[in-house]
Amino acid sequence: MPKIELKNVYKIFGEEPQSVLPLIKNGATKEEILEDTDHTVGLDNVSICVEEGETFVCMGLSGSGKSTLIRHINRLIDPTEGEVLVDGVNVLEFNEKELLELRRHEMSMVFQRFGLFPHKTVKENVAYGLEVQEKPLEERNQTAEEQIKAVGLSGFEHQYPSQLSGGMQQRVGLARALATNPGILLMDEAFSALDPLIRNDMQDQLVELQSKLHKTIVFITHDLDESLKLGDHIGILNDGKLVQVGKPEEIIMNPADDYVASFVKDVNRAKVLRAKTIMLSPEKYTANGKGSGETYKVLENSFIEEFLPLVLEKRSVVEVIDKDGNNMGFITEKELAQSLSKT
Amino acid sequence: MGSQSLSHSGLMKKNKKYWVPLCLAVFAVLVVVSYRSAKPRYKPENLSDLLSDFSWLGNWPKWLDFPLMQPLNAGFDWLIKEYGMFFDGINNFLLGAYTLMKDFLVGLPWPLVVALVIILTYFASGKKMGTTIMVGFCTFFIGFLSPRYWDKCIMTTCIVLIGMLLCLVVGIPIGITMARKPKFRKSLLPVLDLMQTIPSFCYLIPGILLFGLGAVPAIIAIFVYSVPPLIRLTDLGIRLVDKEVVEAADAFGASKKQKLWGVQIPLALPNIMQGINQCVMMALAMVVIASMIGTRGIGDEVLLGLQQLNVGMATEAGIAIVLLAIIFDRITQAYGDRIQEKTKPKKLKKK
Repeated sequence: MPKIELKNVYKIFGEEPQSVLPLIKNGATKEEILEDTDHTVGLDNVSICVEEGETFVCMGLSGSGKSTLIRHINRLIDPTEGEVLVDGVNVLEFNEKELLELRRHEMSMVFQRFGLFPHKTVKENVAYGLEVQEKPLEERNQTAEEQIKAVGLSGFEHQYPSQLSGGMQQRVGLARALATNPGILLMDEAFSALDPLIRNDMQDQLVELQSKLHKTIVFITHDLDESLKLGDHIGILNDGKLVQVGKPEEIIMNPADDYVASFVKDVNRAKVLRAKTIMLSPEKYTANGKGSGETYKVLENSFIEEFLPLVLEKRSVVEVIDKDGNNMGFITEKELAQSLSKT
Repeated sequence: MGSQSLSHSGLMKKNKKYWVPLCLAVFAVLVVVSYRSAKPRYKPENLSDLLSDFSWLGNWPKWLDFPLMQPLNAGFDWLIKEYGMFFDGINNFLLGAYTLMKDFLVGLPWPLVVALVIILTYFASGKKMGTTIMVGFCTFFIGFLSPRYWDKCIMTTCIVLIGMLLCLVVGIPIGITMARKPKFRKSLLPVLDLMQTIPSFCYLIPGILLFGLGAVPAIIAIFVYSVPPLIRLTDLGIRLVDKEVVEAADAFGASKKQKLWGVQIPLALPNIMQGINQCVMMALAMVVIASMIGTRGIGDEVLLGLQQLNVGMATEAGIAIVLLAIIFDRITQAYGDRIQEKTKPKKLKKK
């Protein structure tokens, strides 16, 4: 059972969204609907499936509906039509109390501009989720201190958010989200407001945290490199429509349409593609008539950039192996050239 | 929730086309009523005369006069007759509170009152010496100007404080509700405009009729005149709280109450304090006008000076009012600033 599932979700903003629904189901575009009815299409028949413990990255340009999408999961926005399932339960049927419980215990959110409470200290901010749950002060403080330490902000507990730099503030945001120990982490362009170096740091920190915590993360971004780095699966939104969902390699190798292709065009493929994605199977390799001469052994999960220098230097064939050393396939210069070329 | 607002907005739209004929019909009824209720000597003998003799198009004809005054007076009489007890109750309550407070403060030795004001300022301003000293001197100078002013200023202060309290109790909850319910705001805004633009004398008169002469109509007038800015600024303050911060509170499952008390009100406090400050200033302006309906206080010294063409006296009393205003303003402002520092701490000072 998937952890989070959206089924045929439509969201239309405006005065009478129900009246616009038939139009969009008949295939009217976002622009037409805006022109004719003055309604804005947020999401157009979006279905996604997020498995437990994976990072699902939702990517698109601004206005593509990605922030709307993430807010459906904790129902900060209610859909015009469709179902939102968390742990197999339709959260749209929740009453107010059940909804608050869901938000308090099951999921938490990290915001683009941090969303920290300016009148609370770092510690109080981190403890906010627990404060809302009405946990005793001692427990709140203890958990908050642990989380502050985990994100490397010890010593700043009694500072106010405005006294911290952007990167530090977002660490507070992350610590606050983790303090309630939720199963689901919703990150709405969490690192977009940070400068590139700090963004990189935060991404690494998230990857590291995730390797320990195995949360289910839904991450929103407009940055393809970020989504390739973090995502187990990536969903690409355009004008409220989900145009492609897949693993990072799939999206790079087989973009579904021109929109995705234009996104993918400038990606540093060597950084993203793994050996196993581009290798030839042993049968094909031998069928092509190439003997197994001198080869380099490379793990199936390594990125191209890791073995590319070796191949260039020695001009030799790469043998791809799994963890136990079994032969999985081969990579010749031809495959390398193909995978790295942009078209 | 979504479907509710949907059906409502749908209703509004459908009703829109009935609005224009409805308004026209009401207008026609008003014209007919005014014609029928006009005195016979103002009216033409026959309606058809209006079509042959066009002189009524020159000056505004006397028969085209909507009778608003008479029904209003009748309604007011009815109100006093039927609900007199109710207004008496309010009167007694406010008068009791006023008398209690005034007698207490007038009874205190004046140095003690000055000391109390200084202590209050000291703590309200977060131990700022400059403000405290200035307010202390202002307080001293009220009595120093003329010993008669001391008790009168205390009376004025009591009226302002009670009026203010009334404003706070009513205004802040209304402001909060306004911020939460756009429809409520839409319907209340014209009422607030009305309260602020109707000349203050106009509600001093019903105040006298309902509550008699003295402090209570002044308190009521203060309330009507100075509650709008408090309501507006509370509403604005709550709505100006960063949307993402409110969203964060929502995302962590804060209930409406937790969100309001834990996030919205603390972050709106600087604006609410500004509203309270405005409220005090307007109350002080009103209480001087209220002296014209026999409210005792520093205002009647100004009035007396005017009536006797005694420039010195009026100026002296005027200065006393200014001093009083400075005291009120400094205390509320300093308190507001302190709160603001708390909610928005400045970056660490670099030396």
